[in-house]
Amino acid sequence: MLYFSKWKALAILAVSAIICLMIVPSLLSTSAYDSLPHVLQRKIVLGLDLQGGSYIVLQVEAADLRKARLEQLRDDARRVLRDAKIGYSGLNIQGDAVQVRLRDPQDGDAALTQLRTLVAPIGGPMSTSGQMDSTVSLSGDAITLAPTDAGIQARTIQAVAQSIEIIRKRIDQLGTTEPSIQRQGSDRIQVQVPGLQDPSRLKALLGQTAKLTFRLVDTSMSAQQALQGRPPVGTEVLNSQDNPPVPYLVEQRVLVAGEDLTDAQPSFDQQTREPVVTFRFNTNGARRFAEATQANVGKPFAIVLDNKVISAPVIREPILGGSGQISGSFTVQQANDLAILLRAGALPVPLQVVEERTVGPGLGADSIRAGLIASLVGAAAVALFMIATYGLFGVVAVVAVAINVGMIFGVLAMLGATLTLPGIAGVVLTVGIAVDSNVLIYERIREEARAGRSAISAIDAGFSRALATILDSNITTFIAAAVLFYIGSGPVRGFAITFGIGIITTVFTAFTLTRLMVAVWVRWRRPQHVPI
Amino acid sequence: MRLLRIVPDDTTFDFMRFRRISFPISALLSIVALVAFLTLGLNFGIDFKGGTLLEVRYPASSLNMGDVRSKLEALDLGEVQIQAIGNDGEVLIRIAQQPGGEQAQQAVVGRVRAALGEGVEYRRIEVVGPRVSQELLSYGIVGLMLAVLCILIYLWFRFEWQFALGASIANFHDIVLTIGFMAIFRIDFDLTSVAALLTILGYSLNDTIVIYDRIREMLRRYKKMPTDELLNQSINSTLSRSVITHVTVTLALLALVLFGGRAIHSFSVTMMFGVVLVGTYTSIFIASPLLIYLGVSTRAIAEKQEKEAKAAKSKAERVTP
Repeated sequence: MLYFSKWKALAILAVSAIICLMIVPSLLSTSAYDSLPHVLQRKIVLGLDLQGGSYIVLQVEAADLRKARLEQLRDDARRVLRDAKIGYSGLNIQGDAVQVRLRDPQDGDAALTQLRTLVAPIGGPMSTSGQMDSTVSLSGDAITLAPTDAGIQARTIQAVAQSIEIIRKRIDQLGTTEPSIQRQGSDRIQVQVPGLQDPSRLKALLGQTAKLTFRLVDTSMSAQQALQGRPPVGTEVLNSQDNPPVPYLVEQRVLVAGEDLTDAQPSFDQQTREPVVTFRFNTNGARRFAEATQANVGKPFAIVLDNKVISAPVIREPILGGSGQISGSFTVQQANDLAILLRAGALPVPLQVVEERTVGPGLGADSIRAGLIASLVGAAAVALFMIATYGLFGVVAVVAVAINVGMIFGVLAMLGATLTLPGIAGVVLTVGIAVDSNVLIYERIREEARAGRSAISAIDAGFSRALATILDSNITTFIAAAVLFYIGSGPVRGFAITFGIGIITTVFTAFTLTRLMVAVWVRWRRPQHVPI
Repeated sequence: MRLLRIVPDDTTFDFMRFRRISFPISALLSIVALVAFLTLGLNFGIDFKGGTLLEVRYPASSLNMGDVRSKLEALDLGEVQIQAIGNDGEVLIRIAQQPGGEQAQQAVVGRVRAALGEGVEYRRIEVVGPRVSQELLSYGIVGLMLAVLCILIYLWFRFEWQFALGASIANFHDIVLTIGFMAIFRIDFDLTSVAALLTILGYSLNDTIVIYDRIREMLRRYKKMPTDELLNQSINSTLSRSVITHVTVTLALLALVLFGGRAIHSFSVTMMFGVVLVGTYTSIFIASPLLIYLGVSTRAIAEKQEKEAKAAKSKAERVTP
């Protein structure tokens, strides 16, 4: 137990030193860090609770998706049947399906063939899964079109993937450092943005679908009349975003949509000096917008964002250049954000914020300070107590624990793990528990010495007996840490990481460093009695 | 230099006799804890209950609690808790989950911001919707049970089943008492509390296993010793270690409680209770004496070893023609 070959001793010291040194890149300035070779570019990331920032979880609503899919199926069915000149008496959504009632039951097979063109295999035509995204069935004179669950699920996954792209574009515009945007489960997106002063702006940017449309305003009756009576076919009443909202009667037909924008920039109106957003259409959009404005000079049109009318200017002259501006009594930041949203594009589906945690930079700094003080005080108290109890062997324990803590941070850096405030608590707790391995060894040595062994034989037996116990007791604690890592998220996971790593490094130092230090001392002093 | 010696060498406390006191005490405390849990319930934080938590700070000495309260009550948000913390003008605001799904929760923060006006620093904002809180709660419960199960299986492999069962009962006792403590002192029960419970579990087991390891060693060595004397000796010979480790962990935890900051305060306090007050007591006064009732005895072990030796011998005879 007390014999180490030179090579083994060197290997132990080298491994410990290298792991401890892994923490160095984390301490460098950004420029020095960036100049490191790629292999060494690994550092500890501070959790949002320490550096401040926002953690937001967004969810794609499967119910919304199903509803949208049903509406799409209904509209497609109408188009297909009309094109094939098949008469129907009723076409509507019932529960989770679209139902068509045919006027002439003779058309059953023809209608079925037409409607089957709407069904597509999941994953595109190249897919081999053989599953379809919806089913079509005929009974009597009624045809039922129903989206399959697998189809909805595939759409959810697709919507999440598309949303992640668009969210990334939006957040990149904020110019924050290292945002993280990840899928969570099948229908959620987890967004982490460090160091943001104002999370409400982030939420506003994430929460908006940003579906922009240009449509004509119906002037055949006032919006109030439409609200009281029945709006004309193909129109709907939409409110403005003012307070109180002003209703507008707007055509459902879309002249040009946000997809046809190539650029949007915040700017100021030439005359009024108000913040506005200027935009440019692509060729297709520019042509359609030119045609529409030419045909409707003198009439108002509405700029609609997420079913809210932003403004409804009157077309004074045809707009042929393919560019224009949106004014809507914005503040500078609102104009800026709208431009960001328009540039990034619309989300395929509305997203719901289901969880939000934001820590301001002030609290983060306080937490770092608190964690640091607690660590130093805790470590100092434990060190003093150990030295008071075990003297020289106590110093050995303190050195072992210090290297242990160095190694915890080194491993954290190697893994690129996140350090949170509970994570720091995990380190402090490890200090308390790590010395336990030394206590176990020393107490065992004392016992063996009392039982009449010589000093060297007692030390040897103490180590060999205590190490088995150390292994046993630490494995159980490690199981608890592993489960915690598995179920936890955010700060709790941070605790599980440092605590788990701490257990491993504790076992390592007990088996190697402590033993090596005591062995060196034994060889140097040739003790006649145990000094504890 | 004279070294500190808290526990003298060769103590001979009769821990086994103390079980006649410690078992009833533990039973009583467990019942108190269960009753507290069932009647008072746990003070669920927003992780598990959903809702909104804001930590705001007013600039030096401009905090007027009455003013804050009336502004927030005017919003009619249902159950609102307002609590001043520290002396730096900091206020903790907890708002219960709003009816109306995820979106309703999101609207709360905006309304509170508008009501409190400018010049307030928002140090922390947490909003947990109804769905996430449900999931977090089930994760927490599943996690705890999973941990107990994994540890049980490990112990069963590593020791005799009696030890595994004894450790599990002791474990369960620790968790029940800690939950009772949290119910009585209204400590926030959130995800960090689950972390605290799991750590208490791990630590208490760590402690129990050190003693069990010694018991197992003694059982192998002293086959003729009466069981309760053997258990007593095992505990006494590891007593010094138990106490010293106890002190070091207490020192580390004390540093966390006193200086670790509010964000982990309930975590530190819970750990302090679970590890320092309950964990060590359990290992010595509950887990070890339990072994007697579970049928661990020197004689049983001796018989088992004899049987194994005989089996090995007869096998050897069969192999050699």
